[in-house]
Amino acid sequence: MSLNILAVDDSKTMRSMITMALKPSGFDVHLADDGIHGLEVLEGLSPDAIITDINMPRMDGFGFIDAVRAQEKHRATPILVLTTESSTELKMRAREAGATGWIVKPFDPEKLVKALHMVAG
Amino acid sequence: MSEENDPMAEIRSSFFIECEELLEALQDALAEIDDGNEDPESINVVFRAVHSIKGGAGAFGLEPLVRFAHRYETALDEVRSGRLVPDADATRLFFSAADHLSDLVRVCRDDEEVPTEKSDELLAQLDALLGDVVEEEEAEVADFEPLGVSMSLDLPDIGSAGNGATSLNLSPMDGPEKSLFHIRFKPDFGVFETGNEPNLLLRNLAELGIADISCDMGDLPLLAELAPETPYLAWNVVLEADIDESEIREVFEFVDGLCELSISSNSAQKNATDLTPISPPEMEIPSAPNAIVAENTSPVKTEEPAVSKMTPAAKEPTNTAAKSAPTPSTKPAEATAKQTKSKTPKSVVRVDLDRIERLVNLVGELVINQAMLSQSLEKVGLSPHSDAMSGMDEFQRLTRDIQDSVMMIRAQPVKSLFQRMSRIVREASSAVKKDVKLITIGETTEIDKTVIERLADPLTHMIRNAVDHGLENSEDRIAAGKSSQGSVTLSAAHRSGRVEIEVSDDGAGINRPRVLQIAIEKGLIAADSVLSDSETDNLLFLPGFSTNAEVTDLSGRGVGMDVVRTAIQALSGRINITSKKGVGTKFSISLPLTLAVLDGMVVEVANETLVLPLNVVVETLSLTDNNVEMIAPGQNVVRVRDGFVPLFDLGVELGYRDTALNVAGSIVLLIALEDGNRAALIIDKIQDQRQVVIKGLDDRYSRAPGIAAATILGDGQIALILDPTDIIANATETPTGSTLPTERKVGT
Repeated sequence: MSLNILAVDDSKTMRSMITMALKPSGFDVHLADDGIHGLEVLEGLSPDAIITDINMPRMDGFGFIDAVRAQEKHRATPILVLTTESSTELKMRAREAGATGWIVKPFDPEKLVKALHMVAG
Repeated sequence: MSEENDPMAEIRSSFFIECEELLEALQDALAEIDDGNEDPESINVVFRAVHSIKGGAGAFGLEPLVRFAHRYETALDEVRSGRLVPDADATRLFFSAADHLSDLVRVCRDDEEVPTEKSDELLAQLDALLGDVVEEEEAEVADFEPLGVSMSLDLPDIGSAGNGATSLNLSPMDGPEKSLFHIRFKPDFGVFETGNEPNLLLRNLAELGIADISCDMGDLPLLAELAPETPYLAWNVVLEADIDESEIREVFEFVDGLCELSISSNSAQKNATDLTPISPPEMEIPSAPNAIVAENTSPVKTEEPAVSKMTPAAKEPTNTAAKSAPTPSTKPAEATAKQTKSKTPKSVVRVDLDRIERLVNLVGELVINQAMLSQSLEKVGLSPHSDAMSGMDEFQRLTRDIQDSVMMIRAQPVKSLFQRMSRIVREASSAVKKDVKLITIGETTEIDKTVIERLADPLTHMIRNAVDHGLENSEDRIAAGKSSQGSVTLSAAHRSGRVEIEVSDDGAGINRPRVLQIAIEKGLIAADSVLSDSETDNLLFLPGFSTNAEVTDLSGRGVGMDVVRTAIQALSGRINITSKKGVGTKFSISLPLTLAVLDGMVVEVANETLVLPLNVVVETLSLTDNNVEMIAPGQNVVRVRDGFVPLFDLGVELGYRDTALNVAGSIVLLIALEDGNRAALIIDKIQDQRQVVIKGLDDRYSRAPGIAAATILGDGQIALILDPTDIIANATETPTGSTLPTERKVGT
């Protein structure tokens, strides 16, 4: 099933990697550079899932998730956090902010696709 | 063009470009911190830059880069969280680490050999800085395995590779034996708050084998009492599958701790105690929280508290008091509040340099063509007011605008170059154990990209010289009443169509008696020479001046200032030196804005067409007998209002004719020389003023004094572009032999 995805990451490399990982599976990928930009892009969008980085300028991943969850229509939108850390603390923080799950970078493209299907159907 | 077809290669190369940007931001932010800037965003920028490099490097399996960036990042994180307040030494270490990171990026990009020793050395220093934080980090380093994207992340593999304990447990499962799992799953609030969907979880579970799912509605209240957001349902699943329990755990990975979950296996009953420790998927839980594993895996959990209160458990056993206590992170709201002054990025298009080169060349051709066309129209005798001619004017204007715009594309701020120099200062000052600060001015000044690239070596050399020879050590500085910290100033500015770059130090100035002594010892000047200060200073530029006596580890590498001057001259630039005893030394470099075009004055001398750079022509004069005076045989001066200016015949200087024309009535160009003096050049005729495209002379031609380059004129004729300062320098050294070349010493 093709899903509509919003990916938020300040690294162009990561955005390219995400796009490259998801496009072949027929995902529709929308990109944003940081949390603020992510919220802007989100305005005209009803993504099936959101992927976000944590460390970003202007608004980081936690702030972004917080802001997304504050919107009624995105209360249940699955959000995956992309993190280089597999630290439990970080995951718990992400979860407190309302993240659905996490993917540890560097990610395997298949694993990302699988994780998205897991949380978004 | 395989690179264009391979998306990975493309992303890889864009990653390295991104790295350069990140490294630049890193340097900037470190410099801000070094300057005592308290803005917390600076350390965040530093952290993010290193973090992003690590992330990308991991994706491409660049292990040395990941390893180093990871530890560096850990140290930065300590600073970011306020647990570590960096002192001067720590800041210096961060700079060195940034420099090394940049080296590693380059090495990884170019597939060169990794400087492991340097990495280890810096890592050891970072470890020392971190103290006991390191140990728990070790675990994470092991956990963060960089992977090429092609590698699969299958959990059992990771488990067996990464954790000895788990691999033991996996072995009994090798046989293709179907197991029967009993799973009970009861979501908490958290499952819904985090956007997880029980329905999907059950579906994912069912995909693992044959599942018999039943819903337990025992807790469901009467409709009137039902709170719509409270989870009441639980599910019991009997799953028959040829899988490992960890695969089931994987399905529930994201809701671990947000639900009641119990898993028991029938067929593996005898192994139950061994098996259960696998519970949390290995890759996601770093080895540190053994305590969690233990707590989480009480084999059969029925009562809630024991099940999986992972959140509180995770924080205490894993982290030392230092880490858990002041963690500013526990509140997401704070993170939001941290959104800082936003620097909206400029929108930028990356273009392959080759394409720009092509465009520059094409525009160059266009300029030539336009000039040719313009000339042929004139020849036909069209009236200047005709439509064709006025159209031609417009064409000329447009061509020029296009040319300017294209040149702008090639222009880059000197900032990146200056940043590299700050590294040189750091390295040089630590090598000679001097305390040196680099002050940069005019970082945003833009110069042609090629010029910037080719300036790196000469500037490096000059900066090293300044640190090594220019600046005194701190004792001497204090004795001389200066601050103990020496400073090197690097500045760039646009000045009358050229770029001026200055490298100055506040050291002791050039030791002129010593310079003279060396020059005499080396036979560069006669023992009885009497030189002005400026002439003495310029001795430094003579080939062969660099001396063994001056060799230090740092700057004495057998390269003298003559090499610097040659490099600058190759860029059509000039270098000058001024020095004041006790105050310091300044090197001034003057460069053309671009290497591609030149506003030129086309002149005729002895039937040769030549081009002089227009910016050196101060004015044109017509000579009369009255205003020329001979001061020595063959040496004339011309009176120009306020004084006398030496007069030279261009035809003679270039060897086109033996004797000068009759000066009376000839045309003279008053030329501003680089050293601030002026000279007058006799020419036969001024043809035109126009923009010419500089065509470099092939390296195979030996360098002819006074000739800078060549160009193609509108009529297709080739003309040489002259370097007047060089011509005059050569002219002044020949007649008497006593005058020292102040600009250059090239055999005639």
